[in-house]
Amino acid sequence: MGVEVAVEGLSKSFGKQAIWRDVTLTLPSGEVSVLLGPSGTGKSVFLKCLIGLLKPEKGRVVINGVDLCSCPERDLYEIRKLFGVLFQDGALFGSMPIFDNVAFPLREHTKKSESEIRDIVMSKLDMVGMLGAENKLPGEISGGMRKRAGLARALVLDPQIILCDEPDSGLDPVRTAYLSQLLIDLNAQIDATILIVTHNINVARTVPDNLGMLFRKELVMFGPREVLLTSDEPVVEQFLNGRRIGPIGMSEEKDTAQMAQEQAHLDAGHSDGSLDDDLRGVVPQLEPTPGLPPRDAARRRRQRVMQILHTLPEQAQHGILASLSSEDYERYQEWRRRTTGMPMPSAPSSTATSTMTREHTQVSQPLPTRQVAQPTQQIHRQPQQRPAAPPPQQQAPSTRPRPRPWRKEEGEQ
Amino acid sequence: MSTRTSKKTSPFEPVRNGVTGALREFGNIFALALDVIVNIFKRPFQTREFIQQFWFIASVSIMPAALVAIPFGAVITLQLGSLTAQIGADSFNGAASVLAVIQQASPIVTTLVVAGAGGSAICADLGSRTIREEIDAMMVLGVSPIQRLVVPRVLAAMGVAALLNGMVSVVGVVGGYTFNVIVQGGTPGAFLASFSALAQLSDLWVGTLKAVIFGFLAGLVAAYRGLNPKGGPKGVGDVVNQSVVITFLLLFLVNLVISVVYLSLVPAKGA
Repeated sequence: MGVEVAVEGLSKSFGKQAIWRDVTLTLPSGEVSVLLGPSGTGKSVFLKCLIGLLKPEKGRVVINGVDLCSCPERDLYEIRKLFGVLFQDGALFGSMPIFDNVAFPLREHTKKSESEIRDIVMSKLDMVGMLGAENKLPGEISGGMRKRAGLARALVLDPQIILCDEPDSGLDPVRTAYLSQLLIDLNAQIDATILIVTHNINVARTVPDNLGMLFRKELVMFGPREVLLTSDEPVVEQFLNGRRIGPIGMSEEKDTAQMAQEQAHLDAGHSDGSLDDDLRGVVPQLEPTPGLPPRDAARRRRQRVMQILHTLPEQAQHGILASLSSEDYERYQEWRRRTTGMPMPSAPSSTATSTMTREHTQVSQPLPTRQVAQPTQQIHRQPQQRPAAPPPQQQAPSTRPRPRPWRKEEGEQ
Repeated sequence: MSTRTSKKTSPFEPVRNGVTGALREFGNIFALALDVIVNIFKRPFQTREFIQQFWFIASVSIMPAALVAIPFGAVITLQLGSLTAQIGADSFNGAASVLAVIQQASPIVTTLVVAGAGGSAICADLGSRTIREEIDAMMVLGVSPIQRLVVPRVLAAMGVAALLNGMVSVVGVVGGYTFNVIVQGGTPGAFLASFSALAQLSDLWVGTLKAVIFGFLAGLVAAYRGLNPKGGPKGVGDVVNQSVVITFLLLFLVNLVISVVYLSLVPAKGA
C-alpha cells in the first residue's frame, strides 16, 4: 500500500525570483497523479522539494507523519528509501555499467546475495525492455534507453512512492504508451503512490487518477482527473489543446497586445496550431494489462471521489458518473439517497454544454438511465478488448480489439 | 551625484554582499568538514572507493612530487650554502637544509602536487556528477554522497599526502646533499653529522602532521567546490580552477599558523 504525500502551503524561490507560491495538494495513497504545466513553471523544482533535495522557504511536505522540510538529515535518508525517482535524464552513474547501476540500491540497502540481486535486476531490466544492454555504460546508449534504465533503477527496491520527471521526453509515442501502461501495471501490482510530471497531453488524459496544473507561479488546480479534463479555465483549455490562443505565451505570460494580434491572425484564417477537435473531456483511463489484479487505487478513488462529488464542478460530475459501471452507479445512487435524501445531480440544459465534446453532450442528456452506463460496463467486463475505446468516439473501434498475448510476461513479476 | 540621491541601495551594498558571501562559503566549507569527520566513523567504510582513489591520487602525484622535490632541496641548500659559507658556519649547512625541507618545503610541495593533480581531478569528477544529477540520484536512493564519495576521497588525499611527504623529504634532502657536496664542494661528513645538531624528531612529526592536515584541506576544498558548481559544464571548469586556488591560499595560511604554534610550543634543539 502506497504512502500519502501531503503538501501544505509550499513556496519556493531562487533569490528574488519566486518559482511558485503556496502550493497545497495531497497525493492520495496508492493513486496515480499527474502534474502538468508549461515548460519553466518549476515542475522539476517541485519534485525536488518533494524528496527534500531542495528546501522550500515555506510550507511542509508530510510523509508518514514526518515533515521532509524540517526533519534532520538522518530521517530524510530513511524516508527517501520509500521513494523511487526517475530523473529527467535518467541520472545514471556514468562510471558504472547499466547492471551495476540498477543493482546499486540493492547492494546498498539489502543483504541479498549476488545471485538474488542478479535475478531482480534482470527482471526489472526485462520489464523496461533493456535486456542485453546491461553491460553497456550509460554513455554508450541512447537517451531513451538511459531513461528506461533509470526507471528500472527507481523500481528495483519496490518503492512506495514513485516520482517521474517527464518520463516521456526523449521517448517516441509508442514507447511512451508502453511506459504509461508499465506505470499503471506497477500501480496495480505494488499499489505505489505515483506522481508523474509531464507536458504530454496523452499521458495526462489517460494515465492519472488525479490531475493538477502549475502556471503563473501557482497551482491552478489539483483534483480528480475529470475536474481538469472538463475545466473551462482558459489556461487548461489552451494547454490541453496545444494552441497558441490563450494566456500561455512563448515566454511564460503574454500581454494583451500580443493576444489581440494572435486573435486577429486567427480571425483572418491563420491556424493557431491546434487541431479542430477540442481535446478536453473525459476519456477512459488506462486499465492494468489483462491478467493483473484490478487496481485497488481505482476502487479507493471511486469511493473518495463519490463522497466529494457534489463539491465538484458540474461538468466534472457528469464525466465521473459517465465512467461508472451500472452496478457502481446504482450503488452510488442508493448511497446518496440514504445519506442525503437528495436526488442525483441533474443534467444541465443542453445549451450549456453545446461547446463541449461530443461525448459530453451525449452524457449530459438523460443521465440517470442505463444508456450511458451500459457501454462503459461493457468495457470493464471485457479484458480482451482495449479498454481505452470510448463508445462515443467512433473513429477507429474496429482496429482496437486485439489479443495481446505478448504482454503477459510483464504481468508475471 | 545629486541626481543619484534617489537610488535606494547604499554604496556599501556590494561590499556587504561580498563579505556575507565569503562568510557563507567559509561556513559551508566548515559544515562540510564536520560532516566529513562524522561520516569517517560511519560504517560501512567504502574500502574499494578508498583504495581506488588512493591509487589514483598517488599515481598522478608521485612523479611530479619527486621532480619538484629535487630542485627544491637543491635550491635551499645552494642558497643556504653560500650564506653559511660567508658567516663561516659551513658545517651547519646540512642541519639547516634538513630543517627547511622537512618542516616547510616537503609538506607544501606535497600538498601543491596533491591539490593540483589529485584535487583538481576530484573536483572535476564530483562537479560533472553533480551537473548530471548523479549526486541527487544518489541522495534519493538513500545513500549519502558524503559518506560514499567524499570521505574516501578526503581520506585518500590525507593518506597520499602523509606518505608522499616522507618521500619528498628524502628526495629533497638527497637533492640538497648532492648539490652541496658536488656543486659547492661541501664535506659529506659534516653535512650528515649536522643533521642531529639542530633537527630533532618532533620536526619530522610536525612535517607529517602538516601534510595530513593539508591533504585533508585539499580533499575537502576539492569536494566542496565539486559539489557546488554554478551552471553547466562551464561551471565545472570554473570550480576546478577555484578549488586549486582556494587550496593554495588556505595552505599557506594554515602553514603559517601551524609553524608559529609549533615554534612557540616546541623549543628548538640546543636553545
